[in-house]
Amino acid sequence: MIKIKNLHASIDGKEILKGLNLEVKAGEVHAIMGPNGAGKSTLASILAGREEYEVTDGSVDFDGTDLLELSTEDRAREGLFLAFQYPVEIPGVSNVNFLRTALNEIREYKGEEQISAKDFMKMVREKSAIVELDSKLASRSVNEGFSGGEKKRNEIFQMAMLEPKLAILDETDSGLDIDALRIVANGVNTLKSDKNATIVITHYQRLLDYIVPDFVHVLYDGRIVKTGTKELALELEEKGYDWIKNEVSTNV
Amino acid sequence: MESTTISINKLNAFRANLSSSTLAIPAEKLSQAFDFLAANDFPTTRHEDWKYTRLARIANLKFEPQSNTISQETTKICGNSLRFVFVDGTLTEKPSTLPTGLVCKNIQECNADELQNISANSTIFECLNLAYAQTGIYLQLASKTVLDQAIEIVQINTANSFLAIRNFIDVASFSQAEIIFNYPSAEANNSFVNAVSDVFVGKNAHLKIYKIQSEKGANYHVSRENVVQEADSNFTISTSTINSHFVRNDINVQVNGQNSETNLFGSYLLKENQHVDNHTVIDHRVANCLSNELYKGVIYDKGTAVFNGKVFVRKDAQKINAFQSNANVLMSDDASVNSKPELEIYADDVKCSHGSTTGQLDEEAVFYLRARGIGEQSARNLVVSAFVNDALEKIENEEVLNYIYGVIQKDFGWEF
Repeated sequence: MIKIKNLHASIDGKEILKGLNLEVKAGEVHAIMGPNGAGKSTLASILAGREEYEVTDGSVDFDGTDLLELSTEDRAREGLFLAFQYPVEIPGVSNVNFLRTALNEIREYKGEEQISAKDFMKMVREKSAIVELDSKLASRSVNEGFSGGEKKRNEIFQMAMLEPKLAILDETDSGLDIDALRIVANGVNTLKSDKNATIVITHYQRLLDYIVPDFVHVLYDGRIVKTGTKELALELEEKGYDWIKNEVSTNV
Repeated sequence: MESTTISINKLNAFRANLSSSTLAIPAEKLSQAFDFLAANDFPTTRHEDWKYTRLARIANLKFEPQSNTISQETTKICGNSLRFVFVDGTLTEKPSTLPTGLVCKNIQECNADELQNISANSTIFECLNLAYAQTGIYLQLASKTVLDQAIEIVQINTANSFLAIRNFIDVASFSQAEIIFNYPSAEANNSFVNAVSDVFVGKNAHLKIYKIQSEKGANYHVSRENVVQEADSNFTISTSTINSHFVRNDINVQVNGQNSETNLFGSYLLKENQHVDNHTVIDHRVANCLSNELYKGVIYDKGTAVFNGKVFVRKDAQKINAFQSNANVLMSDDASVNSKPELEIYADDVKCSHGSTTGQLDEEAVFYLRARGIGEQSARNLVVSAFVNDALEKIENEEVLNYIYGVIQKDFGWEF
């Protein structure tokens, strides 16, 4: 699905990613954990195509295409989805209207027919139910006046509508109460199949009780320094990141 | 700033070839207007009201006769309206019958009696208008008359000439009307439209005016509405200026009766070297009234916009609620706007607010939409059209709104 090789990236001349390697196959769930400033959100931003970051070395292969050559919208059209850490409020742009536009632009890109209004509304009803999002919210302005939990649920609702190949959840769990967390996790699990994959970026182990990862990676100082199974997440929760830092510095 | 001193009297030169108004304007008012013109010149940017709008280009206009044709059908807004079409000042289309209680006709047909209340004015463009008024609409709605059809007034200017349009609108007590003033594009160039409307909103009357300016080309438009509201009345004007070369609008509302409501809404979309200047005045002379003002603009390329909104609350006008807001998005580094909200409050028990914002497009919002698969251009259009739509949505007449959407889509490529 996605192969990231030796990725180096910087912002304002400061190197954040320093040779990151990661491979995610279809059907897999990967969790990326790590201390603040390790480069977790930078990785998500670069994959989504934020232009502030400069990729200085390395490659990202997304199902046979050179991801870094694509514009942000073409990455989305190829099936990459980023659930934002801070979903943006867009006054006046209705949630469903923008999703219909997005869905149709993706279909046009793939040479498919536009979705009919009837099918679209049916899809909105079905998909908003997955994350228990009030249908009233679906027709309001994008994220405007939404609570923190509603914004995150709206991200997963959009993910459900767009049916991406690869979803990257950037700290989707932060700030959520346990009920919202369950709903979000349940949404992600419902959408999971052997044809798609998920990268979960998180600070906390808690989310991984609900979204069970196949692999857990520790991102530290711009590189993945340790990879394990879900037990690694529990170990990190218990012991913090210092032992990883020590391990890394003794290896050098 | 470039000096705009006009040393020779440009106004005299401008007037040299114009023929005086043949309308039945009271002689005293007409001669006052001529006296004022003779004693003055076009205002310069040293004049506070014209600080950001240079008139040199108008003063130097040379009118070379030319005529174009336009499909009148394309200017049709409503399926079922009372439609009056003027082409270069000549009334070419009008309804065969009018509802009872409505007098609506070419102002040329009015007698001195009907025009006795025409306002005598003291600004250059009002006097220029009165002195040379050739055409316009005279509308008199009798008391307790509710019109269920909108009145659609189309002013098509195909000639490269000066056209002084004078409208007189009197909506009597307990009546209700909706008037559309449409100034569509007719491929003219170097034309100058100067329109002045006297608007009287009687006791408990409701009047909505929709003004649409989309003349394009190198055309100039200076217009003014002088509105007087009586008690318990409701007046709304929505001004949409889309793809116009040079526009100056002055809306002046005098609220003379208590428990009145005044709504001024505006949207302006500029590109290239276009210039749009909106000046508004709401004068709250009495207590217990509400006024609400919202103007939104989007400026591309080297466009320049001006907003100046003044609200007066007079000494004994207590319990006034007056809200005013102007917001702009600049789509290029060369675009600019001068926004000046002004409140002058002499009463002590009022609720008034004003605000002005100018900024770039929210790039984070654009990125968010792109990350969902929407192309960059449509993402920008989506965000910016939503921004303006806030003001456009105040237009309650759906046919008018759809017509404006159509013009915007054609000229700016936005989808709504």
